[in-house]
Amino acid sequence: MADLTPEQREFQEYARRWLEENKPGPPPERLPITAIEVMTVGQRDYLQAWQKKVYEAGFIGCDYPKAYGGGGHEGFQRIANQELSRAGVPFMLNVIGLNMAAPTILVHGTEEQKQRFIPGCLSAEEIWCQGFSEPGAGSDMANQQTMAVRDGDDWIVNGHKVWTSLGHFAQWMILITRTSRDHKYDGLTYFLAPVDNEPGVTIRPLVKLTGESGFNEVLFENARLSDAYRLDDIGKGWTVAMTTLTYERGAAEGAGGGGSGEGSKSKGGQDTSAIGKLIDLSRNSFRDGKPLSDDPVTRDAIVEQAIIRAGLKQNARRAAVGPLTDHPMRLPLQQKVVSTEFAQDTARLGVDIAGAKSTLYKLDEAAPDEGHWPLAYMNSYGHTIAAGASEIQRNILGERVLGLPKSK
Amino acid sequence: MSESKNTTAMPKDFGFGEGEELLRDMARKLLRDEIPIERLRQLVAPDPDKTYTRGERPDWDEALWKQCIELGWTGLAVPEELGGVGLSLVGIAGLVEEVGRAAFPSPLLSTLAASFVLTEAGTPEANTLLERIAAGASVSLAITDETGSWEAATCEVEHSASTEGGSTLSGRAYYVQDAFKADAFLVLSKGSDGHRLSIVESGQAGLEIAQDHIHDLTRDQATLSFGEVVVEASAEVSLNAAAVVSRAWSAILVIVSADLVGTSEWQLQTTTEYARTRKQFDRPIGFFQAVKHPLSNGMVKVDRARSLVYHAACCVDHGSVDACEAARMAKSAASDAGRFLSDRSVQLHGGIGFTWECDVHIYFKRSMHNQSLYGDGFYQRSKLAERMIGPIGV
Ligand SMILES: Cc1cc2nc3c(=O)[nH]c(=O)nc-3n(C[C@H](O)[C@H](O)[C@H](O)COP(=O)(O)OP(=O)(O)OC[C@H]3O[C@@H](n4cnc5c(N)ncnc54)[C@H](O)[C@@H]3O)c2cc1C
Repeated sequence: MADLTPEQREFQEYARRWLEENKPGPPPERLPITAIEVMTVGQRDYLQAWQKKVYEAGFIGCDYPKAYGGGGHEGFQRIANQELSRAGVPFMLNVIGLNMAAPTILVHGTEEQKQRFIPGCLSAEEIWCQGFSEPGAGSDMANQQTMAVRDGDDWIVNGHKVWTSLGHFAQWMILITRTSRDHKYDGLTYFLAPVDNEPGVTIRPLVKLTGESGFNEVLFENARLSDAYRLDDIGKGWTVAMTTLTYERGAAEGAGGGGSGEGSKSKGGQDTSAIGKLIDLSRNSFRDGKPLSDDPVTRDAIVEQAIIRAGLKQNARRAAVGPLTDHPMRLPLQQKVVSTEFAQDTARLGVDIAGAKSTLYKLDEAAPDEGHWPLAYMNSYGHTIAAGASEIQRNILGERVLGLPKSK
Repeated sequence: MSESKNTTAMPKDFGFGEGEELLRDMARKLLRDEIPIERLRQLVAPDPDKTYTRGERPDWDEALWKQCIELGWTGLAVPEELGGVGLSLVGIAGLVEEVGRAAFPSPLLSTLAASFVLTEAGTPEANTLLERIAAGASVSLAITDETGSWEAATCEVEHSASTEGGSTLSGRAYYVQDAFKADAFLVLSKGSDGHRLSIVESGQAGLEIAQDHIHDLTRDQATLSFGEVVVEASAEVSLNAAAVVSRAWSAILVIVSADLVGTSEWQLQTTTEYARTRKQFDRPIGFFQAVKHPLSNGMVKVDRARSLVYHAACCVDHGSVDACEAARMAKSAASDAGRFLSDRSVQLHGGIGFTWECDVHIYFKRSMHNQSLYGDGFYQRSKLAERMIGPIGV
């Protein structure tokens, strides 16, 4: 990288050295593909300790103000993320805290809220979850039915949140509620809500297609919430939620960081070595006695994915080159849909290549790559649905970038 | 794969600086002012019978090309010490994108391709021709066999060496791009002493240029027959032709890909504009997701190709070992983007899109020609597979 300042270069060298010397030992049990699939206490403890260590070494929240537990630097987070990805170390556990709560609080929070909440997001001392989706409010997120009614200095909350990732480990939730039925968008208010053993808050795990848990439903039944935990003004919840979504979908810089997840909780568990793994798999998968690495159709399909992967990488590079981008959001807004579908397509290709062996799942000792391919494929739908489903992403591209009329 | 050491040493901005931007923007403005779509249509597609029944070549704007020559376009890839601009390939790609966007008929691409080969040859004879190019000459490569292969081994022109260092050429070269706009050809031939590259003037005795009847209206193509064409020693560019051509290959793929990115972007913008304005069922058709989503997908494809084009160009500029792989990826992505957007540009225009009246056919054909030129996506990927996975059956 030609354009690093001397301080940044020094930081990069320090990061490389530190990561080499502090690579964590193997996890006590198999880790899931991304943080939003973390299921067990063993996985949680391991990942929480790792995030804390990385934070204390100065690789998380690098560009956040010192007053909020950050490093107070400029342009360090990008470097730290790159080095963390490159080192192939485990992902960060507190993705919602890092990439959604922290940047949203930084924009919309009071001084007190920033000091109170941001450090815990960065260090993983407090795990966060996101209470946006409801049974009737998915893609149409403004259709919130969870009501918050004012009661003195408090609010009384009633409602039903679903698909709440990490809810089972969380102390805090970024929560959208309806505070007025008169306006769809302007009737929303955003809170930072305590959810760990709170009276009136029930968290129940939901089981996914893969057979794993990881997300939850959260019931609010006359739960009491202090007005001190309201983020920004009453009725401004939609605007605040939009801030969260720009970070969630990876279209904005400034998230808390943490490498492998590279800013978003929904990069589809993009595996940088996916192509190499596919090639190896094709060498060891046979049809009629011949390896699939000799089959032209399989070869074409693998190379096609390699090109998509290279394109993602070069898009990220070009997005920063003003004269080679026509519309500032054109490349950033593509990232989510392209990377999650890439993950899905490569996983599916792995299933195809594994053939008969793709029937073998996690527990089977003969399963190629410990059952990674069918698991990754099934799991990939979580990412093409969460955080703005692919269809919604294509609407957004067509409407915001190409200026086509709105679908809704 | 694409992460070798030297990639980190390459500029993050691909080396696309102010100079490159200025030149690109000037090209964009010139082409927009001088050859807007109305003018292009009059020029190349006045009536279908002219080209497709009577077999005449479409017109092109030679006066505008003269202007381009004055602006130094023929010398873009010619080193400064030989009187050229010596522009980086990244800069050239930027300009060629505009040429594609305007579907500008000219010998620019063929001359750039010849310049890359001549620069790789590096002989005094090559340099002399490069000086001529910088001064305004157009040159095209005559290196392809009848099956469309660019491998030197199957070349169908043969030479017999003369004692004075020259040679006599006989045989045929096929699919020669913009042959009727070229002043000279760079001809690949094989003989008992290996492969040669020789300069043959377009009016030279023994050379016959037979027009191919192609569908693309924005260029011409020909089959060259060499009947004992005598080449002087001073016109022998290289005695190591196979290696020279293969070294230039990445740059050649980059410029065709850049042209495809330009035509694809035009197709995306034009079809989007139509989807914003054409109403059916009381709404602009772009409201419907069966129209909207393919346009979003088209954008994703053009952007992938564009990013890969600049990456490949940057690899070539910095002598990266990844250049060949990057260039093939760029050509694959650009061919596929071109194919997808050509398809949707016709379909989403409906009936009018299927007519001669609607300009999309001009771009459809230029794109289709470019998609297959020097190998389509399938071909590039099969070559990439040999590198990434290894040859079949070993
Ligand atoms: C693994 C996972 C983790 C999640 N984690 C969280 C979390 O932590 N917190 C949280 O709040 N939410 C979370 N979600 C919820 C997620 O944000 C929603 O599932 C998502 O927004 C889609 O909403 P829905 O499920 O209600 O589907 P719907 O909105 O009902 O969509 C159903 C289908 O219709 C399509 N569709 C809907 N509207 C349109 C339209 N206008 N045009 C075209 N197609 C349309 C969708 O693309 C989809 O294919 C998670 C989801 C998953 C799968």
